[in-house]
Amino acid sequence: MGEVPGQVRDAAVPDDTPRTASRPPRRDLPVRPSPDQIMAWLDAVPDPEIPVISVVDLGIVRGIRWQGDTLEVSVTPTYSGCPATRVISMDIETALRDRGLQDVRITTQIAPPWTTDWLSEKGRARLQDYGIAPPSPAGGPDRCPHCSSDNVTRISQYGSTPCKAQWRCADCLEPFDYFKCI
Amino acid sequence: MATPASSTAAQLDEALFTFLLRMGDNTLVLGHRVSEWCGHAPVLEEDIALANTALDLIGQTQMWLGLAADVEGQGRSADDLAMLRDVWDFRNLLLVEQPNGDFGQTIMRQYLFDQFHLLLLRALQDSADDRIAGIAAKAVKEVGYHVERSAETVIGLGDGTEESHGRMQAALDWLSPYVGEMFVSDEIDAEMATRGIVPDPASLRAPYDAALAEVLAKATLSRHEGDFAHQGGKTGFRHSEHLGHMLTQMQWLQRAYPGAAW
Repeated sequence: MGEVPGQVRDAAVPDDTPRTASRPPRRDLPVRPSPDQIMAWLDAVPDPEIPVISVVDLGIVRGIRWQGDTLEVSVTPTYSGCPATRVISMDIETALRDRGLQDVRITTQIAPPWTTDWLSEKGRARLQDYGIAPPSPAGGPDRCPHCSSDNVTRISQYGSTPCKAQWRCADCLEPFDYFKCI
Repeated sequence: MATPASSTAAQLDEALFTFLLRMGDNTLVLGHRVSEWCGHAPVLEEDIALANTALDLIGQTQMWLGLAADVEGQGRSADDLAMLRDVWDFRNLLLVEQPNGDFGQTIMRQYLFDQFHLLLLRALQDSADDRIAGIAAKAVKEVGYHVERSAETVIGLGDGTEESHGRMQAALDWLSPYVGEMFVSDEIDAEMATRGIVPDPASLRAPYDAALAEVLAKATLSRHEGDFAHQGGKTGFRHSEHLGHMLTQMQWLQRAYPGAAW
């Protein structure tokens, strides 16, 4: 599977494998859906921990391709021990099955390693609206997601999930999550 | 039945397998130790931080022991290696199996390991083995975060109150003899280094000592002279008594209900 830097919109979908007679024909999908269509379906699969963003927003879907009649979806973990990874794989499989793709295989790809640079702009905006400060290369949030004050301090380098840290606004006094930049 | 000829053809890459066990056993044993704090840390934020650190380490274990199992090619999984081996088959450093002690001792152990771990992973990103380079590139991001926190906490507690300073100095004195084992090279390391897969651990000693000196100076802590080092963990020759006790907890379920799955 080719490496796909950045977003995977232009993921190559090679299909040079002949259909084998031994596989049952897909009943409900006479035409193979386009890569854009599949990515749009995946963009409707929410992150289980932060449901306002999708798995595509998160940048963890690294590629899709057909292997014969099997759709292979390559997923990269955010943090190596993140327990949400398994749930995400199951959710992707279920979502594609619901769309009529019976034969789906999820593969794990660890290189290149996931980076918060792969978060989509839409995802960043939704995090902010949800009350989670999006990642910033400065190493901390530039403003409070609630009141936009820049008077913020760190409570802890870690938070409720591996991808977040705890911060606090000194103006509105609200604590908030910051999506760690890695 | 395999003939002698075919078993030679499929000969296990013993050095590579052992190296991968060393990596995976370090993260597994330290990950389990750190997880013992879950629900017991002095404040909630520290509890969460320790649990997250443990989670990263266990995640890295899955990658290292998963690759070890692939290299071994005997049909064992990462879980089998973690849960079905006994003390003498573990290849982790003695440092990481030492008991948690108080919070200061846990944080000091963490920093002493994190600093080494970071230097090692950075070097492994250039490994001639792409699979190892890939795991290292993933893990180094997490470990960079670990060392940032453990170093800051060592400094905060060392340069803190009389009580915290005393405890951190005691922790450093207790754990210092376990530092040297990280940099001892044996024939496995030599072979791996020759093949360009792994750096010679001895080459990490100077940058480690420099980083440690800087952090300890800020923490107002002093390291004893002398380079005596307890050894026997990474070779498996002689673990401390603590590892076996830890495994009875960690592996309890598989020992009581062999093959249990859910």
